[in-house]
Amino acid sequence: MKRLLKGGRLVDPANGRDGVFDLLVDGDRIARVGRDLHVDGAVAVVEIPSGLVVCPGLIDMHVHLREPGQEHKETVATGTAAAVAGGFTAVACMPNTSPVNDNAGVTEYILKKAAEANLARVYPIGAVSRGQAGEQLAEIGELRQAGCVAITDDGRPVATAMLMRRALEYAGMFGMPVIEHCEEQTLKGDGVAHEGFHASALGLRGIPGQAESIMALRDIALAELTGGAVHVAHMSARQTLDAVRWGKSRGARVTCEVTPHHFVLTDEMLRAPIAYDTNVKMNPPLRDAADRDAMLAGIADGSVDAIATDHAPHHYDEKRVEFDHAPFGITGLETAVSLCFDRLVHAGVISVSRLVELLSVNPARILQVTGGSLAEGAPADISILAPDLAVTVSAATMRSKSRNTPFDGWTLRGGVAATIVGGRAVYVNEAVGLQV
Amino acid sequence: MKKDLLGIGDLTRDEIYLILDTAEAMREIGQRPIKKVPTLRGKTVVNLFYEPSTRTRTSFEIAEKRLSADTLNIAVAASSVLKGETLADTAMNIEAMAPDVIVLRHASSGACHLLSRICKSRVINAGDGMHEHPTQALLDAFTIREHKKRIDGLNVTIVGDLLHSRVLRSNVLLLTQLGADVCVCGPSTLVPIGIERLGVRVSTRVDEAVRDADVIMMLRIQQERMHGAFFPSVREYFNTFGMTPARVARAKPDVIIMHPGPMNRGIEISSEVADGPYSVILEQVANGVSVRMAVLYLLAGGVEGD
Repeated sequence: MKRLLKGGRLVDPANGRDGVFDLLVDGDRIARVGRDLHVDGAVAVVEIPSGLVVCPGLIDMHVHLREPGQEHKETVATGTAAAVAGGFTAVACMPNTSPVNDNAGVTEYILKKAAEANLARVYPIGAVSRGQAGEQLAEIGELRQAGCVAITDDGRPVATAMLMRRALEYAGMFGMPVIEHCEEQTLKGDGVAHEGFHASALGLRGIPGQAESIMALRDIALAELTGGAVHVAHMSARQTLDAVRWGKSRGARVTCEVTPHHFVLTDEMLRAPIAYDTNVKMNPPLRDAADRDAMLAGIADGSVDAIATDHAPHHYDEKRVEFDHAPFGITGLETAVSLCFDRLVHAGVISVSRLVELLSVNPARILQVTGGSLAEGAPADISILAPDLAVTVSAATMRSKSRNTPFDGWTLRGGVAATIVGGRAVYVNEAVGLQV
Repeated sequence: MKKDLLGIGDLTRDEIYLILDTAEAMREIGQRPIKKVPTLRGKTVVNLFYEPSTRTRTSFEIAEKRLSADTLNIAVAASSVLKGETLADTAMNIEAMAPDVIVLRHASSGACHLLSRICKSRVINAGDGMHEHPTQALLDAFTIREHKKRIDGLNVTIVGDLLHSRVLRSNVLLLTQLGADVCVCGPSTLVPIGIERLGVRVSTRVDEAVRDADVIMMLRIQQERMHGAFFPSVREYFNTFGMTPARVARAKPDVIIMHPGPMNRGIEISSEVADGPYSVILEQVANGVSVRMAVLYLLAGGVEGD
C-alpha cells in the first residue's frame, strides 16, 4: 500500500527543498514529493507534526560492526539495530574484523548477515592490504564485485607511501575512494591520549595532532600524484583540517569526516567527571579546545564533508581495565543525531539543511552509493528527526551490544522519530509516538 | 580527608600540614625501645604491588607494623598482568576479604582510580605509572621542612627525567600548593608538554636552574624506559645534567640534596654529592616511615563512621 507522509519539514538539500512538503512512498520507492499532494486510491496517511524533519536517510560512513570474529562486542544485527535507532538508514562497516574483510568471502558473509537482520543497509568497506598487514594489495577488484564501496586499512594507516600510491591508483580504476586512518605511527608511539597538559598531568603518554596531519599531508600529495580520491577518516586535529583545506584549494580529491565526540568533547574529559575513564579513550584521542573549536569551524565553513561516528563497540570487560590497557573506541550510532542537533544546530553552528548534507548527501556522494536524496524514484530511505525532543542518553537501554559511551546520562535536545528503509519503518521512537 | 589518597591533588593545604604534623608525632614512636603502638590493631592492610619495589614496600610495611595493623603483601609479577587476572577481578577478590586499606603500586597511571571505584576499602597510592607517588612527596616535604623550617618561599630545583616521573608530579603539586618556587630541569626530550601550567619554571640548563636553590631534588633516570631516543648516552647525560659538586656549589650554601631512590650513581648524581655533606637522602628514607604511619593513621585510624 502507498503511504503518504503529510506535513512536517522536508529537508532535501540535494533537490533544493526545505519546507513543508508531502512525500508519497510507493513500495520501496519515493513516488512523489510536493505540496498538499492528492493521492487517488488506497493510501495510509502519516501525519507528521510540523516540528519534525523529514530528510533523506542518514548514512554513517564509518562504523565497526565487529562481525565476523568479535561478536561479543557487536554483530551485524545488533549494530544495524543501533543504527536505525540512531536514525541511520545505512552504515559503511570497516574491514578490521577477524578475519579481515580482504576477500569476497568475508564481504559476502557481512552482506548475508545484513540481509538477515534486514534493518539498515550495510556497505562493506574492504581492506587496502591483505590482512591489513600493509604489504600486498588485497584483491580490490573482487572486493568491489562482492559489494565493497571503498577500501581502507582503518585501525592503522596504509603502511607505506608506495602502498598508498598503488592503492589510490588501483582503487581509482573501480571508482572507489581510499579511506585513511591518518596516523604517523612512530610519532604516535605507544601514546594513549592527546599530547597536552591533561595527559602530562595524569602521566599518560601523548599523541600529538601532528601524528595525524603528517599522514594526511602524505596522502593528499599522493592523491595529487595519482588523481585518486582519499577520504580522511575521523579527523581530530586542527593541523589536519588545515592540510585538508590546503589539499582542496589545490584541487586534490580529498574529503574528510569528523566524529561527534571530536566536535563535542575535549581532553579535559580525561580528568573529570571520571578520572581515567576508559570510555574517553579513543584513537584519534579527544584533543584540546582549540582543536575542538577548529572542527566546529570546519563543519560551519564547509571544509568538513561528513559527520561519521567511528562507532567502535567494546565489551565491558575490555574497558574495565587500566587506561593503558583499554582498547581505543566508543560507540556512537545512538548518540550522533542528538549530539548534532544539540551542539551544531541548536548551538547555531549550522542549519538543519547543512546537517543533512553532512550526514546523508555527502556520505552518499563520497561512497557513491544510493541515498542522500528524496528525488522521485529514489529508494525510500527516509529519516524522520525530532529536533526538539528532550533526550536523556541511557547506555543501558541502547540497541548496541556494547555500552562504551562517555555520554551516558547526558541530556540533549534533538533525537530520532522514525527510520524508514526501503519504504519499511524499521524504527519508531515511542517517545515521539509517530504512527508510521 | 577523603576516603583514599590517590594523589596530592586530593589534599588541601591544611590536610598536607595535618599529615606532616602527625608524622612528627609518629617519628617519636620510632625512637622508642618498643617501636609499636596499638592504633591500627585489628585493621588489615594489603600491600598490593604490581611493580618491584624495595624501599616503598618495606617502608609501608614497617609503618603498618609499628601501628599494629595486620599486613599482607601481594606481589604480582609484571609478566602476569596482561595474561592473568584483571586488576578489577583481583581488587574484587581482595575486597571480598574485607581489608581496611589497600596500598597499591602499579605500572599504569590511574590504576588506583580504578581500584578506588571498585573497592570500599581505602586506597593509598604507592606510585601509579607516570602519574603520582603522593607519600614520596609528603616525606620529601617533611624532610625539607625539618631542615628549612618552612616550605613557603623556598627555591626548589628538580632535575632529571621529568617525563616519566610520578615523583615529579606529586612534588610539583605539593610544593606549589605550599608556596615554594619550583624550577624543573631536564633535557627537552623529557619535559612533559604543558608542565608549566602547574605553576613551575622549566629550564634545560642545569647550571642556571640550581642557582640559589635551597633544595635540589634529583630524579632517577629510568633506564628501563629509555627505549625511546631521549638522549644520546648516559655519559652525555651525566655531563649535561648530572649533579656534581661544582653544580651544587652554585646553589645556596645550606642547600640540601634529595633523591627518591634508587640512585644511579654516576648517571644523575655523582657519588661525591650523594654521599656528601648536603645529602639528606637517607633521612628521606627514615622519614618515609613516619609519614606513611601518619597517612595510615589519618585514613584508617579514625572511629568507624568518621
